[in-house]
Amino acid sequence: MTSATSSTTVTRADFFAPTIGKRLAYVGVLAYVVYAAATLGLSLERVQAGLGHGARFLAGFFPPNFTETDIIPGLLESLQIAFLSSLIGTALAIPVAVLAARNMMPAAVSSAARLLIAFCRSFHPVIIAIIAVKAVGFGALAGIIALTFASIGFVGKLLAEAIEEISKKQIEAVRATGASFMSVIAFGVVPQVMNRFIGFVAYETDSNLRNSTMVGVVGAGGIGGTLFSAFQRFDYAFVAGIIICIIGLVMIGEVLQLYVKRVFR
Amino acid sequence: MSVLTTSAAAEMQRWIRFTPAQRMARFAVFFVMAAAIAWALKTIEIIPEFLYDAPEQVVDMGTRMWPIDWAHFAPVVWPALIETLHIAAMATILGLIMGIPVGFLAARNATPFVWVNLIAKFILVATRSISTLIWALFFVAMFGPGPLAGALAIAFHSIGFIGKMFSEGVEEANKGSIEALQATGATRMQQILMGYWPQVKPTFWSVALFRWDINVRESAVLGLVGAGGIGMALNAAIDLIQWQRVALILFTIFVVVIIIEAVVTQIRKRVI
Repeated sequence: MTSATSSTTVTRADFFAPTIGKRLAYVGVLAYVVYAAATLGLSLERVQAGLGHGARFLAGFFPPNFTETDIIPGLLESLQIAFLSSLIGTALAIPVAVLAARNMMPAAVSSAARLLIAFCRSFHPVIIAIIAVKAVGFGALAGIIALTFASIGFVGKLLAEAIEEISKKQIEAVRATGASFMSVIAFGVVPQVMNRFIGFVAYETDSNLRNSTMVGVVGAGGIGGTLFSAFQRFDYAFVAGIIICIIGLVMIGEVLQLYVKRVFR
Repeated sequence: MSVLTTSAAAEMQRWIRFTPAQRMARFAVFFVMAAAIAWALKTIEIIPEFLYDAPEQVVDMGTRMWPIDWAHFAPVVWPALIETLHIAAMATILGLIMGIPVGFLAARNATPFVWVNLIAKFILVATRSISTLIWALFFVAMFGPGPLAGALAIAFHSIGFIGKMFSEGVEEANKGSIEALQATGATRMQQILMGYWPQVKPTFWSVALFRWDINVRESAVLGLVGAGGIGMALNAAIDLIQWQRVALILFTIFVVVIIIEAVVTQIRKRVI
C-alpha cells in the first residue's frame, strides 16, 4: 500500500491537464475556424486594404455633423414606430400567450399558438420589414407591422412561459368559487404574472426602439432611411452624427427600461 | 364615542400595499406610457389608403408565393444557407474573443478601476446600439461585398451582448476563492484565469450558445446590403419579383431557425 502511493507521483499539472476529448474538441474548433475563414475569403492583403479604407472612413467621421434638420424628424418617427408596434404587439401577444400556455389550454390549441409564436420569432424584423414594404408600401406602417410581429413572438413566448410557471393553487381556488374562464384569468393568472409582464413589455419596447432605427434601411420608416441615404452619398460626417444620436437614444431607452423594471419589481 | 375611536383606529391601520412614493412612480410610468402612445398615434404619418389596402395586398402576395419553387433549393439556396451558418459560427467565435476581455474590464470586481469600467461599459452599449445592418454597411465599404463583411458585422454587434452578460456573470462570482488567490500573492491575470474563469465557465457556454442562436437569425438579413449569406438569395428573389422563390427561402430560414433552437435547448439541458 505504501509502495503504491510512493511509486505514482501526482503533480499539480496532471490535475489541470485537458482530457483527450477536450484536446480533440480544441483541434476540431481550430480546424473549423481555418476552414470557415478560407470559405469567407479572408486573406492578408484584403485585411490590409480594408484597414486602409477603414482609416479613411474614420477620418471622414470627424467632425460629426448634427446640423441637418433631417435627424430630429427621423428619430421621432423611429420613436413612433417603437411605441405603436410595442402597443399593438403586446395587445396581440396577450391572447396568443394564454392560448400557448400548456396549463391553460388543451394540447392542440397550445401547439397551434406555439407555432405562431415560433413563426414570429424566427424571422428577423428586417426580413418582415422587406415583405411589409412590398405589401403596404414605403413608410412607417411597414415598420410598425414588422416590429409588431417581433413583439408578438418575444412577449408571447416569455409570457406563455411565465403563465406555465404560476402556482396552480390560486387558479383552483378561483375555479372552486364557480368563476368563469375570464374570471380565472383576471383573478388567478393576472396577479401572478403582472410584474414579469411589465418587465417583458419594457424590454420589448427597448428592443423595438433599437430595431426601429434599423428598419428604415429597407424603407420601412424612421431614422434608418436617413442614415442609409447619407451612407449612399458618402456623407460620412452626417453618418457619424446620426449614429451618435442613435446611441444616445438607445442609452436613454435602456436607462428607462431599467427604471421601469425597478418600479415594478 | 368608543365606536368612533375604534373605527378611526381601524382606519389608521388599514393595510396599503404600496408606499406613496411607489404609487407615484407606478402612476408616472403608466402616465408617460399613455402620453407617448397618444403622441405617436396623433403625429404618425400613415397614408390611410395604404392601411385599408394592406389586407388585400398581403393576401395577393400570399397567392403569388404559392406553389413554393422547390427546384430552386439545391443550386442556390443550399450553398447560401451553408454560407449563412459559417458566418454565424465565425461571428460568434470572433464576438466571444472580442467581447470577453471587454466584459472583464466592465466588471467592477475583476477590474477595480472606475474609469476603465465606464469606458468598457460605453463600448458595450455603443457596439450593441449600432445594428448589424449598419455594421455591415461599414464592413462592406471596407472589405468589399461578401461573407467576410457579414461575419465582422455580426461579431462587432455581438460584443455588447456577450460582454454585458459576461460582466454580469463575473460580478456575481464568489469572493472567497478570489481572496484565497490574493492571499497567495497571485497576479491579476492569475486571479482571472484561476479564480474567475472556473466560476464563469457555465455563463460562457450559455452565452456562446445563446448568441450563436441569435446570430443565425441575424446573418439571414446581411445579404440585403451585400454582406453574404441567404439574405443575398432573398434579396435577389425579391428584386426579380420571384415570389415563389421568396417563399422557399423564407421557409428554409424558418426550418433552420427551429432546428437550431431545438439543438440549443437540448445542449442546454444536457450540459449546462
